[in-house]
Amino acid sequence: MNSIEVKKGIYWVGSVDWNVRDFHGYTTSRGSSYNAYLIVDEKIALIDSVKHGFRQDMLAKIAEHVDPSKIDYVISNHTEPDHSGELLAVMQQAPQSQLIASAKGEKGLRQYYPGDYPCRVVKTGDTLNLGRYELSFINTPMLHWPDSMFTYLASEKLLFSMDAFGQHLASNQRFDVDVDFDILMHEAKTYYANIIMHLGSIVAKTLKAASELAIETVCPSHGVIWTKHLPDIISRYQDWCAFKPAGKVLVIYDSMWHSTEMMAEQIVAGATEEGVQAQLIRLPNHDLTNVVTEILDADAVVVGSPTLNNGMMPTVAAFLTYIKGLKPAKKIGFAFGSHGWSGGGAAQVGQEMEATGIEIVREPIVCQYRPDQAVLDQCLSAGKELAQHAKSC
Amino acid sequence: MKYRCLLCGYIYDPEVGDPDNDIDPGTAFEDLPDDWECPECGAGKDEFEPVED
Ligand SMILES: [Fe+2]
Ligand SMILES: [Fe+2]
Ligand SMILES: [Fe+2]
Repeated sequence: MNSIEVKKGIYWVGSVDWNVRDFHGYTTSRGSSYNAYLIVDEKIALIDSVKHGFRQDMLAKIAEHVDPSKIDYVISNHTEPDHSGELLAVMQQAPQSQLIASAKGEKGLRQYYPGDYPCRVVKTGDTLNLGRYELSFINTPMLHWPDSMFTYLASEKLLFSMDAFGQHLASNQRFDVDVDFDILMHEAKTYYANIIMHLGSIVAKTLKAASELAIETVCPSHGVIWTKHLPDIISRYQDWCAFKPAGKVLVIYDSMWHSTEMMAEQIVAGATEEGVQAQLIRLPNHDLTNVVTEILDADAVVVGSPTLNNGMMPTVAAFLTYIKGLKPAKKIGFAFGSHGWSGGGAAQVGQEMEATGIEIVREPIVCQYRPDQAVLDQCLSAGKELAQHAKSC
Repeated sequence: MKYRCLLCGYIYDPEVGDPDNDIDPGTAFEDLPDDWECPECGAGKDEFEPVED
């Protein structure tokens, strides 16, 4: 694949990672891309780089337009190694080049990549003149690392947004209009849910600040560039950071001898009788990445585990640990599960659920060995209650 | 009382203060200037919550 022109003298010189399926634990079902951007002006600037291992691919794309040793500025919008992995390699080829980063960015980059390279620290409002083009910088701390910043090119109404508005989506196409809209939005949602869900207050603040800028094109550091669908993704981000619910009940569980599963099925049946969307999700069969995407806009999340060695199953514990850090808001739920003798699994699930921020609306529903009709009826009516709540939101 | 940044997890400990930003040890969270920011991530004071010891 060759480089692609975004605007006059501005090129995508990144790499498509078609076959990555495990991105630090995030299941990238459709691969990804690491987007570096080259600006060829009187001065030459590179914005971000690619993951380690894609160096030659990026340098070859740069070389289509300019000798890589002529690069003057290497701008790091974000310290994470999927974007900084080959910054040092570029600076070594271009000894006169200067690194541009936020204060936190410089600190982190010097720890990842020790060296004597010169660095100019920038903050919101600072500018960099390249000749025809003038770039400016906007700190966006914790979107999603302390170092994160946007680079903005006002004259072209162009924002380089690093991970914000990114999608793990491998494609030979570079623009939103050239890929399937529903797949694009689904991957953008999966990315938001797994990477940024817990930072909703920052997202809201950043969207507000960005609304004061004239922006027509957004170049993220993963996936395709937003042009025609920019208003769509902005409005989705507004919904997601407000946890706008979709009228949906999720029943998430694991089971050993099907008792907890029978309970789960009854909860789904109850929600279904009320005409509300409900999903049955048995944990080891689903990637946590995809489960979390569903949680983002769910109204109710109930979690079940049988008792294993006096506690919950490790699959359920792993799930609860993951969502605790992602702080899902505006959801109700409860715990349920079967046990043989002493019990304890469902109670432990309930405690952990509370720590995730899910509002617990009832005591755990439990049963011994097999749910009898009374327990099944309890599950059915609990499912109906969740659905009624979902309808009322 | 200690306070935790809800965004990045940094803990403000009044016994330590924030010497890098000219906050002396012994400064209570309540007494930090209004424009004080989390030294790790830049969050404002309103993004902090008390930590129960
Ligand atoms: Fe990142
Ligand atoms: Fe990234
Ligand atoms: Fe912080």
